[in-house]
Amino acid sequence: MIEFKSVSKLYPDGTRAVDDFSVVIPSRKTTVFVGSSGCGKTTLLRMINRMVDPTDGVIEIDGDDIAKTEPVHLRRGIGYVMQNSGLLPHRRVIDNVATVLFLNKVPKPQAYARANELLDTVGLDRSLAKRYPGELSGGQQQRVGVARGLAANPNILLMDEPFGAVDPIVRVDLQAETMRLQRELDKTIVFVTHDIDEAFLLGDQVLILEKGAKIAQQGTPEEILANPASDFVANFIGADRGKRRLTVDSKVKPRGDDLVLIDAGGYAAGVISAPDGKLATGTASPKSRSISNKTSQAGDA
Amino acid sequence: MQWVWENFPQIWALTLDHIGLSAPPIVIGFVLSIPLGYWASRSRVARSILLSVFSILYTLPALVLFVTVPVALGLAILDPNNVIVALTIYAMAIMIRSANDAFGSVSADVRESARAVGYSPVQRFFRVELPLAGPVLLAGIRVVSVSTVSLATVGGFIGIPSLGNLFQTGFQIHFFPELWAGIVAVLIVAAVFDLILSGLGRLLIPWNRRRTRRRATRMVAKEVIA
Ligand SMILES: Nc1ncnc2c1ncn2[C@@H]1O[C@H](COP(=O)(O)OP(=O)(O)OP(=O)(O)O)[C@@H](O)[C@H]1O
Ligand SMILES: [Mg+2]
Repeated sequence: MIEFKSVSKLYPDGTRAVDDFSVVIPSRKTTVFVGSSGCGKTTLLRMINRMVDPTDGVIEIDGDDIAKTEPVHLRRGIGYVMQNSGLLPHRRVIDNVATVLFLNKVPKPQAYARANELLDTVGLDRSLAKRYPGELSGGQQQRVGVARGLAANPNILLMDEPFGAVDPIVRVDLQAETMRLQRELDKTIVFVTHDIDEAFLLGDQVLILEKGAKIAQQGTPEEILANPASDFVANFIGADRGKRRLTVDSKVKPRGDDLVLIDAGGYAAGVISAPDGKLATGTASPKSRSISNKTSQAGDA
Repeated sequence: MQWVWENFPQIWALTLDHIGLSAPPIVIGFVLSIPLGYWASRSRVARSILLSVFSILYTLPALVLFVTVPVALGLAILDPNNVIVALTIYAMAIMIRSANDAFGSVSADVRESARAVGYSPVQRFFRVELPLAGPVLLAGIRVVSVSTVSLATVGGFIGIPSLGNLFQTGFQIHFFPELWAGIVAVLIVAAVFDLILSGLGRLLIPWNRRRTRRRATRMVAKEVIA
């Protein structure tokens, strides 16, 4: 569990990036910070591994004040994945993945064995191990970044817009992979994005942030969609434009029991099965938001 | 050619003197420029002070330095160390600028991510920033090497033995074989130094693909012209 207690960050140039921020981030769940550019998401994330120190307030991990932990030591126990992968261009893929293990003085053979396993875990072919990062596609580099983040088997994984720079198809793939990893490895993931759809897809808990990391609304995706707390939130999630309000298309008659759903703009948004005219119902639960593993291997090779 | 064979021992001795004068400034200048260049790349104040001081020193004619260094350091006027100190200053004038560019060329993303995975500041310098600055540093030291080898000939004019002696006397007595032997010997020394440096570079910077190497050379070339 990560807890922010009245945390503020004032940068030396006078920017108040975070203003009196308090939140509890539960263990073994995915918490997403979503908000527009400059609202303080990265600053929040970097305070968790002390790349940025708060000017006020306390951050605790499992009840311990992180200000008392030596930053370098703290960072070696927390995975960090960033937008442009941040891989070391002069080290081969396998060495990049094993970086943290080397820093933690794990003997080479064990470190390489573990790094190879991690390539499997993130769905990368082991034949890529000997390449330099510059010789991989953007999607592959992000996977290596995730593998590196997982190397020390950290309980906490921080992800800062990790899929912001890959194309939409690979992105869907990597999102699915992240959900699979979360399920299998049971990590506490703190995920930053400015894409609300990504936030709702991945988050068990979503925090919609305004400037200064002010919390506009906090809750599960279902809660936020059902009850936007303010006009700002409604606007941000697109509810006011009716983007998410779906209606059954009365003109199209597909085969079978399916009906086509359209959004307010008139665009087809999906299908719903309606045997004998009765709409299918279900219960929202994060663990059911799984995507078939079959999709996870394709895409970015 | 006849003259060369007859005087080979003398040419060889002067070549060794020449190497003795030019190799230390290249090495010392490089080693001193690394921390200074790194400092310059991290602090705007340090950068403007270091770069302007060394540009001024660089514009001083070699003979002026050769005469003022012994006075400043209290050395005998014929001490070869004078030449070594003066050449080191010239080497640093080029190399600090190049090291500043080299460290500036390491992407902020990579530095941040090295921090994030838990490199300590010292580890980050030696294992991430220094190796990644390598291609531009290499291009810089190759320029320094050629310029130092050619500048060292000036030692001859103030009575400190170097290959410069050959073209000095050759010039004075209008004896062209000696003049040419001096020029060719200087070129050979410069070429050998360059081969050694590029070989070391290939050994130490294996990830350096053709593209980044060309970019590094271009960066240094731009500066030397500027
Ligand atoms: N090192 C710094 N010095 C001064 N101001 C900073 C620094 N880092 C960030 N800021 C400022 O703090 C605010 C929050 O920045 P932050 O990077 O946390 O935003 P963000 O939500 O991650 O934005 P983005 O979505 O664009 O990545 C911005 O106004 C930014 O300009
Ligand atoms: Mg950010």
